Amino acid sequence: MDIGSLLHCFADPGCITVQLVNALIIAMILFLVASGLTLILGVLGVLNFAHGSLYMMGAYFTYTVMKYIGNFGLALIIAPIGVGILGVILERFFIRRVYGLDELYQLLLTYAFILVFDDIVKLIWGIFDLSVTMPPAFRRPPISILGSIVPFYYLFIILVGALLVIGIWFFLSKTKFGKIINAAASDPEMLMCVGINVPLVYTSVFALGSLLAGLGAGLAAPLRSMVPGMGFAVVIESFVVVVIGGMGNILGTFGVALLFGLMRSFGILGFPFFEMGFIYLLMVVVLILRPSGLFGKLRI
Amino acid sequence: MKLFRLLRSNSWLLFLTALLAIVPLLFPSLAFVNIVSEMLIMAIFAVSLNLLIGYTGLVSFGHSAFFAIGSYTVGIMLQKFSSSLPLALPLSLFCGMVLSGIIALVIGFFCTRLTAIYFAFLTLAFSQIIYTVIIKWEKLTGGDQGLVGGIPKPAVQLLGLSIKMTSPFNLYFLIVVLAIVSFFILKILTDSPFGWTLRSIRDNSERMNFLGINVRKYQMIIFVISGLFTGLAGGLMALHLSGAYPDHAHWTKSAEPIFMIMVGGIRVFAGPILGAIIVTQLSAYVSKYIGVWGLIFGGFLIVYLMISREGILDVLTSKRRRLRKAKF
Repeated sequence: MDIGSLLHCFADPGCITVQLVNALIIAMILFLVASGLTLILGVLGVLNFAHGSLYMMGAYFTYTVMKYIGNFGLALIIAPIGVGILGVILERFFIRRVYGLDELYQLLLTYAFILVFDDIVKLIWGIFDLSVTMPPAFRRPPISILGSIVPFYYLFIILVGALLVIGIWFFLSKTKFGKIINAAASDPEMLMCVGINVPLVYTSVFALGSLLAGLGAGLAAPLRSMVPGMGFAVVIESFVVVVIGGMGNILGTFGVALLFGLMRSFGILGFPFFEMGFIYLLMVVVLILRPSGLFGKLRI
Repeated sequence: MKLFRLLRSNSWLLFLTALLAIVPLLFPSLAFVNIVSEMLIMAIFAVSLNLLIGYTGLVSFGHSAFFAIGSYTVGIMLQKFSSSLPLALPLSLFCGMVLSGIIALVIGFFCTRLTAIYFAFLTLAFSQIIYTVIIKWEKLTGGDQGLVGGIPKPAVQLLGLSIKMTSPFNLYFLIVVLAIVSFFILKILTDSPFGWTLRSIRDNSERMNFLGINVRKYQMIIFVISGLFTGLAGGLMALHLSGAYPDHAHWTKSAEPIFMIMVGGIRVFAGPILGAIIVTQLSAYVSKYIGVWGLIFGGFLIVYLMISREGILDVLTSKRRRLRKAKF
């Protein structure tokens, strides 16, 4: 433990700013991935282990678009849509067949897709680390806040992330389609009776979830390098967030993603040994005391 | 007399033992010994996990925790005390089992309060805690690198004989003996009234509760037994690899035996063993000659889940049962 350096950081506004910005970056990207996972889990009732692989595909799509077209804005549109299409294929042809079955089959099926996607990436993009260079639009001098230096791109991510959080929340709670999704989560049969094509709703929820994972990956691409197999770490992190936040609960997911980011960025100063351990410990405690999640479930 | 009857009804186990013992004596090949060792270790792992998944209906997705506790206990004990303790090797295996059992008792105490998917989540969370501890406790476990530098394997003194464990063939026979003994014990367990109670809990736990069976107690007992034997598998893996790695605790390690169970058969005792044989063999040959193991195995699993969802032995035994019924 190193409480000293944590206290030291709290005494310095510059250090606090840097760590806060880091926490927000982690939280925003994690939220995008985890919100997709939580939607799929809350509405379809399937824990999609392949969600991390969809994130990985998003990162590699971004890489390819950047390599051949070189426009980051375009990459942020093409890559998520590509991942969304992948999600539609996944849902329509495979995952649809295991709805309502024992969770064991769902775990296995989605896990099998991790293996498949990892090898596809190895075959197409190779086994080595790849990274996307910072797009020219963001190559600006860093901004100085409270005596600390914050790269311009970080602020961009935080801004876009905040807009997306509000946008997703608005879409799910205020629009008609969002209400249909809510209804599909609580009573699909009733929804069918009032004449709504529930399988189509399921497919679009899966596509939306995949799209969000792809978007998170696209935004993270200039910051994090990509390797085949990166999906394992991504899915387990977002899975923890989803379970603690409550399955299907978007605002809960955002809250826990923030907590996760703070624990990571500040925890690494104070408890460099166990910053991740605390998060899993929290997951254990939540599961034992409130299995439906810290903020309850299925209230979008 | 009873033992004789047990042996007769489990003749396939005797056959397996004979095969495993004779083949390396006739054709002493190191490659064979290596791959069969790994196969048997994974088979112990899969069989003990299937006590939960197949027999009790509890999907544990965190069994890598016990596997890692077994392997690290054996590795650390042998690295520290191999020269100072008599019988260090069997003692370390025993300690690995017991420690896994104790941790399983603690984890099982909490997990059995939950059902269905929450049980899987909680076991996964616990195994991630163990994984983090292993990664971060560098002084004891070597962190990311794992226990490097090899694990000493002191000779075992048995009936005045000193058996050198550094020989891969002797280690192989130790693994064979322990695997067969474990299979035998667990087979007897699953055929006992206790085993049938577990099956009834799987099929209808509410009714078992009405009948006055303490469901949670049974679930905890089987969780601990499963943890014990998974710890044994982990300990043997440490000996086999001469090292313990954080990989052993990673959640992907929990998925491997589940694959084996699903492929081999979930409702038949020998199913996970057959699954372990198929998966390890396929993995060895495909990665050696083709190289895209994940694509082929993942694709195979997907097709299999789309078509049948029953393990090989499940299909065979249900067909046999159907034929038997048809005769009457």
